[in-house]
Amino acid sequence: MSLVPPPTAPTADAGGSGRLAAGPRRPLGRGERVAAAMAHHVLVYRRTWRGSVISRFLSPLFFLAALGLGLGSLVDAGSGGVGQQSYLQFVVPGIIAYQGALLGFGDATYPVLGYIKWNRMYSATLATPLGVTDVLVGHLTVLAANLAVATAVFVAVAALFGAFASWWVLLAVPVGMLTGLAFAVPTFAVSATILTDNVFGVLYRFVLTPVLLFSGTFFPLEQLPGWLRPVAWVTPLWHGVVLARAAAAGEWPGAVGLVHLGVIALFIGVGWVVAHRAFTRRLLS
Amino acid sequence: MDDVLLRARGLRKTFGDFVAVDGIDVEVRRGEAFGFLGPNGAGKSSTMKMVGCVSPVSGGELSILGLDPATDGAAIRARLGVCPQQDMLDEDLSVEENLWVYGRFFGLSKREVRARAEELLEFAQLTERRHDRVEPLSGGMKRRLTIARALVNNPEVLLLDEPTTGLDPQARHVLWDRLYRLKRDGVTLIITTHYMDEAEQLCDRLVVMDHGRIVAEGSPRELIDRHSTREVVELRFPVDEQERHVEAARAVADRVEVLPDRLLVYTADGDDALAALHGRGIQPLSALVRRSTLEDVFLHLTGRTLVD
Repeated sequence: MSLVPPPTAPTADAGGSGRLAAGPRRPLGRGERVAAAMAHHVLVYRRTWRGSVISRFLSPLFFLAALGLGLGSLVDAGSGGVGQQSYLQFVVPGIIAYQGALLGFGDATYPVLGYIKWNRMYSATLATPLGVTDVLVGHLTVLAANLAVATAVFVAVAALFGAFASWWVLLAVPVGMLTGLAFAVPTFAVSATILTDNVFGVLYRFVLTPVLLFSGTFFPLEQLPGWLRPVAWVTPLWHGVVLARAAAAGEWPGAVGLVHLGVIALFIGVGWVVAHRAFTRRLLS
Repeated sequence: MDDVLLRARGLRKTFGDFVAVDGIDVEVRRGEAFGFLGPNGAGKSSTMKMVGCVSPVSGGELSILGLDPATDGAAIRARLGVCPQQDMLDEDLSVEENLWVYGRFFGLSKREVRARAEELLEFAQLTERRHDRVEPLSGGMKRRLTIARALVNNPEVLLLDEPTTGLDPQARHVLWDRLYRLKRDGVTLIITTHYMDEAEQLCDRLVVMDHGRIVAEGSPRELIDRHSTREVVELRFPVDEQERHVEAARAVADRVEVLPDRLLVYTADGDDALAALHGRGIQPLSALVRRSTLEDVFLHLTGRTLVD
């Protein structure tokens, strides 16, 4: 005897005769697939935007108050600022780039590992017509938009404190976003490779923190002994800091600006190749 | 029109030296409920991932809906529904948001997605929970949502990997009822399970898998007729005494399986066999006469039980 009652009166029909036709479908273009992946992450960000907006207004305020005004008044009184600038004007572009790096890193750690390992939403996504490229581009685009908004908020708040000498500071917004991506994309690769989240703590303590301290964020790189300076040259943060500083001061960096952009682009590009491979290996093996 | 939706010939899946699927031949026809029955590690999930076009084939041939997964993966996936072993829902989103998001992955317009979500919420009996976050829902509800989500593109084939593992009996029956409705509506079901009762309930036809190979194939009834007797007597004895009664049991039965805690006596007529044992002066602690099941088939074919 059957354990389950036979089907009784017809109820909501889900499989057969719904309004949606079964059978072969028109293949989706790249743009449609990426837009679908983005729609997911936009919904997720919409769920959490209230909390993050508050922290996005507060954290620049903390930095501005402590470093710009507190430490800044000491520096300005002691040595008359940094170069021709007040310490506030010197340090704010550095914090813009650093904030990008920190946000880019953070958004690429637990959330990404979660979609891979905990709720496994990426696997569910790859069971549909979407592929690894769609998943990565979709997620990174929303992440980049989030970085741009966060940087723009910081620039706006800092402008109220008179932290900038030039309207060219608006270029610091894409710089902050690109610096963030230079950290986010390689971190996607890390998240797709590791088995436990302990690695994030180690990365934060032994990679991100030294990078923050030795990338010319809080003091000019020239203050460091010569042998320590190359450390900054190979981190994308220093290149972001230099570009953001040039934008805030309204100084055209010249051809060397392209080199700085190139290093940032290199981190994004190499990160992309490694991340794509790691995603494919982890999720489609 | 070709009504074979899935065709595998000598299909293999290897991970380095480990052989997960070792050359299987399978055909699934449109409208069928087809099962892969076997213990954990038999290669069922690896097979399902290849069929779902999320795991490349290591060897042999595979065609789904007449297409090759290696070249037409996206086109095949557009017409499949996949209900994985783990729910894989976005638990931070609401019930209906999970359906909307997934519908977009198949290129459904916003309007289509909303209309479809309405039908599916009803089908999954989740209409009242539509605005709730997924995270606190019960296991049975999450499972139903996962199945509803898998149906968002109105698939021709629904892949269900261990659909009721981890659910309580009540939730399993609700789920089976939903799956019956799909089958009635003409959706082809491909199911993996290590529960013989689930295979008997749901599958028109199934293969028994062990160590990556298919060891038997047929309808549940055929498999039982072919590989087991009509009835089984389960005998329990005091600890350490079981050993002594095996010979006597063999004398009255077609076949005897010795499990750690009981003897299974295979025979056409259980009551007759039991009477014969009593006649020999054998008094077990308990004796149960029952019909043969797929569990007995598996035990006979592999010498092991399905669920340890």
